[in-house]
Amino acid sequence: MSDSISKILPNKPVYNDTDAQDELFTLNLGPTHPATHGVFQNVLQVDGERIVSGVSTIGYIHRAFEKIAEHRPYYQITPLTDRLNYCSSPINNMGWHMTVEKLLNIELPKRVQYMRVIVMELARIADHIICNGILGVDTGAFSGFLYVMQEREFIYEIFEEICGARLTTNIGRIGGFERDFNETAFAKIREFVKRFPPVLKEFEELFNRNRIFIERTANVAAVDPETALSYSWSGPILRATGVDYDVRVNEPYSSYEEFDFDVPVGTKGDVYDRFLVRNNEMWESLKIIEQALEKIEKEPKGIFHADVPEFYLPPKEQVYNNMEALIYHFKIVMGEIDTPKNEVYHCVEGANGELGFYLISDGGRSPYRLHFRRPSFINYQMYAPMSSGMLLSDAIINMSSLNVIAGELDA
Amino acid sequence: MAKLDNQTVLRHLQNRFADHIKQVSEPYGLLTVEADTTHILEVLEFLKTDENLQFGYLTDITAVHYPDLDKEFAVVYHVHSLVNNVRIRVKVFLDGNYPAIPTATVLWNGANWMERETYDFFGIQFVGHPDLRRILNVDDMEVFPMRKEYPLEDPNKVDKKDYFFGR
Repeated sequence: MSDSISKILPNKPVYNDTDAQDELFTLNLGPTHPATHGVFQNVLQVDGERIVSGVSTIGYIHRAFEKIAEHRPYYQITPLTDRLNYCSSPINNMGWHMTVEKLLNIELPKRVQYMRVIVMELARIADHIICNGILGVDTGAFSGFLYVMQEREFIYEIFEEICGARLTTNIGRIGGFERDFNETAFAKIREFVKRFPPVLKEFEELFNRNRIFIERTANVAAVDPETALSYSWSGPILRATGVDYDVRVNEPYSSYEEFDFDVPVGTKGDVYDRFLVRNNEMWESLKIIEQALEKIEKEPKGIFHADVPEFYLPPKEQVYNNMEALIYHFKIVMGEIDTPKNEVYHCVEGANGELGFYLISDGGRSPYRLHFRRPSFINYQMYAPMSSGMLLSDAIINMSSLNVIAGELDA
Repeated sequence: MAKLDNQTVLRHLQNRFADHIKQVSEPYGLLTVEADTTHILEVLEFLKTDENLQFGYLTDITAVHYPDLDKEFAVVYHVHSLVNNVRIRVKVFLDGNYPAIPTATVLWNGANWMERETYDFFGIQFVGHPDLRRILNVDDMEVFPMRKEYPLEDPNKVDKKDYFFGR
């Protein structure tokens, strides 16, 4: 993608080692700084404006989710996953539900799987909107961010319609959803599919061929595929380097194999490529949502969960009026339900990479061990090594384009 | 995409390491093998470099604490072959008194923080690790909190004890 771009950048200033100031000083970037968008501390050795070396300190908002999860029944772990990548909570929720369903061998009806696909793709769009919008802000272009933020607000309205919450959504239950999407929700999703393309088009027109933006981002923090793979990168930033690894394609879950979409890849792995990959992924997500809406039309109406009463927490109104629902509600809440003694690894394509859940069950009501494979944590460890030699301003936009979310980084 | 099946992967591993690959299982289709501490690095290197296998992508490193077993700690590697689209899980059980294992940072740069996290929470020594410090917890913490002997809440609290609920 950016090969053609590099030709139009003859005036890019070149900094050589001859510019060295011969005087290092220590700069604390973070833990709280407006440009880091979260609690990240990097202790940098700086020579003028050039970073010589850096050390990342993380863990400022560590909340011991893995320990808490060992003491909570399965259905109470969903709210914990909300708080990992809080820009796209529904993907985490769905990933967790699918992990438990894999453990319990629950097969979901097709309609529920398509509903999940819609929710996950909306969340992916919301996440990419933030990342790309903020990247624009960090390069000095505020307006694009405001244009697309309105659409993220609309996505949150859809989430509100589906589950009642906006940011930490806690959508769905093990075995399906807690309620069907109502007519308003479907209407809003349809409206979103119509109104988002012109906005995204406008956003791209502001940035994609904008010379100032390109000069700030092209060839900044370029990463080759070998390095990216050796650092276990995943998600859009890995695809920007040219590796077409996408969990939705490699190991389809929730019927992703039935959808027709492309996996955008970049060539150089620089900030500009990451921006383009995320933008193109939003177009693909829209395609997927459209297809999912069509597919739902063909499925029988009103099905929103699998028929597994022993694991699916029944709707409250049934609990009060129906004997079986009351019994199962009691058994699930009190942890009387047996789970298989086994271990399972399940991963989904989160908004910034492979989000994995490694769950070991000893048959009890809560996991014996639950480990989150958090893409932000693994992607971020290359930040300090790759910053050395970079200009401070480039390091800032590099951090924005990695889309590291503090909640996911620290778990 | 050419897909290796688990039996082929296992055959390659057993041809090379014979008795050092133990406890083979396949929970939910994911091949799980157990290696020992002395051979783990060779096993991982073989998985990564063998041209038939090409497990070049380290997905995750973590640990599990089993206080009732003779060997208390299990270090679990998830490795992924992007070329063949197949995963493998390798486990190594470690002694509880001094859990130590060679570092995988010589094979993957990404192993660095994963091993630091595992050390931070379980106290497993990754021998040869370039920078084995705590990562999420505070530096002057003295315990390894994910071990099972450390309760989540105040141990003197009784209102949540299982026996009050007939469990």
